[in-house]
Amino acid sequence: MAATPLLELKGVKVRYGVIEAVKGIDMKVNEGEVVTLIGGNGAGKTTTLRAISMIHAPAEGQVLFQGEDITGVPSHEVVGRGIVQVPEGRHIFPSMSVYENLEMGAFIRDKGDRKGLGEEVERVYELFPVLKERRKQAGGTLSGGEQQMLAIGRALMAKPKLLMLDEPSMGLAPQVVETVFDVIAQVNSEGIPVLLIEQNAQMALGAAKRGYVIETGEIVLEDRAEKLLGNDEVRKAYLGEE
Amino acid sequence: MDCNTGAFPNLFVTGLILGMLYALIALGYTMVYGVLKLINFAHDAIFMIGAASIFYLFGVWFGLNEPTGGVVLVSLIAVGFLVSGLASGGSAVLLERLAYRPLRRRGAARLSFLIAAVGASFFITYLFQQDFLLGTSEHNFPGFMATESALTIIGAQVNNRRVLAVLTAVALFLILDFFVNKTRSGRSIRAVAQDIDAARLMGVNVDRVVALTFFVGGFFGGIAGFLYGMVFSKVAWNLGFFPGIKAFTAAVLGGIGNVRGALLGGVTLGLVENLSTLCIGAEWKNPIAFSVLVLVLIFRPTGILGEGLSAR
Ligand SMILES: Nc1ncnc2c1ncn2[C@@H]1O[C@H](COP(=O)(O)OP(=O)(O)O)[C@@H](O)[C@H]1O
Ligand SMILES: [Mg+2]
Repeated sequence: MAATPLLELKGVKVRYGVIEAVKGIDMKVNEGEVVTLIGGNGAGKTTTLRAISMIHAPAEGQVLFQGEDITGVPSHEVVGRGIVQVPEGRHIFPSMSVYENLEMGAFIRDKGDRKGLGEEVERVYELFPVLKERRKQAGGTLSGGEQQMLAIGRALMAKPKLLMLDEPSMGLAPQVVETVFDVIAQVNSEGIPVLLIEQNAQMALGAAKRGYVIETGEIVLEDRAEKLLGNDEVRKAYLGEE
Repeated sequence: MDCNTGAFPNLFVTGLILGMLYALIALGYTMVYGVLKLINFAHDAIFMIGAASIFYLFGVWFGLNEPTGGVVLVSLIAVGFLVSGLASGGSAVLLERLAYRPLRRRGAARLSFLIAAVGASFFITYLFQQDFLLGTSEHNFPGFMATESALTIIGAQVNNRRVLAVLTAVALFLILDFFVNKTRSGRSIRAVAQDIDAARLMGVNVDRVVALTFFVGGFFGGIAGFLYGMVFSKVAWNLGFFPGIKAFTAAVLGGIGNVRGALLGGVTLGLVENLSTLCIGAEWKNPIAFSVLVLVLIFRPTGILGEGLSAR
């Protein structure tokens, strides 16, 4: 008997008014895995993540986490259960300092245990030393790369049971992309499962164990990552090969 | 144009005191705007409820119309703060629950909120105008605190009620500043104000934060109502009308959504409208106050300090 997946989507449909942006998808993330969801612009990747976080709940279908149906629970409870998202476009709190942004990341656990919080902050500073230098600076004044690091650091402050990242490499210099992917690998090696959304299929499939390909709201392929990397259609559509 | 420079000290002090009260009321507008981008036009009625609650409790029920002193007076003032704050804060939360939350659930357009707000303001105000509540006549504020000259500033006599009003307003601003910037709840309010989706993703219960914001704004507005009623020795169904619109002006003037802007805008407005009567008739007070608003907005559309509950 297979173990229960950590996260499971069953026939999830998401609508914006009459438009169906996600048309009934099935997906799984198991304990310990890095899973990637790749697809072009407008394919429905962000919509899928927002549905899992219940920011925009599915119209039909189910989202199961640790075997429990979480469809339609308030978004703050989803976070409380350990599903933490690094949103597309980073969404740093612009007028809060770097440190306060990190504090906000720990909001669900922050019940006055300042010492525990301090240890977590130090860990984030170890992963991203530049954040320590910038700790008193307002989030809005950071560069794009620094903001992405802060967004990831902020998510880690919540001690996620599942970390979801929405296009963390978007608009970043190649060096920064590398740093970000190194941290993703390190976080995963410490046992945190990751659901990674990317348009950068090469990097994403390189980092992941399994992958799904989404096109206009439907999963069109799913396989082990290295198989997808070798797949002709994937190479054509997402890796820019003829 | 002949100016009555001799009146300067009095007008200056009056402007300062009134400005502090405007600022206290302005907090309600500015904090709600910060999190919901909604101008809660019903805040003037929420303010009036604070004064009305004291009229009922101290005036009607306990008949505390004779001056008291010492511990009794201090206790009455403390109870007054609590009661007026809770009455207005509670009303504001109820208002949000009944009028705004259903609209938010439906993702209503901004205009719907605005119409709901104006409607709620009229509803509460005219409810209190009914005979079973305050009625159409003006009432005296319960006289449990005698009016006596307390101190002299730059040659102007300031009575004890006004001193109380200013000290309270300053203390409340310090408390609010600490609350918003240094506590977990305050941080969650700033988070929602800066990025509502990101706040949700951090596990913030946005409905709770919105309710908290209405409560805090209402609480301070209620205490302002209590102080305003006491300073002007009156309570009436339309008590909120002018202070409300002035406080809203102050909030926009300072930069709506910005707590320190409320303070700056309130004091600026109080001083400008009072000092303007040095040289021209008092009947020009209101036109001048609003001209200042228009001028500031032409040159700085986001107010003196700019928008954002965020700003520290
Ligand atoms: N708030 C919205 N309202 C209406 N349509 C939307 C909204 N957000 C996204 N969409 C549409 O849903 C589809 C999927 O979008 P999205 O999930 O953002 O794609 P991706 O993240 O893969 O680029 C697109 O066609 C997009 O235009
Ligand atoms: Mg997207």
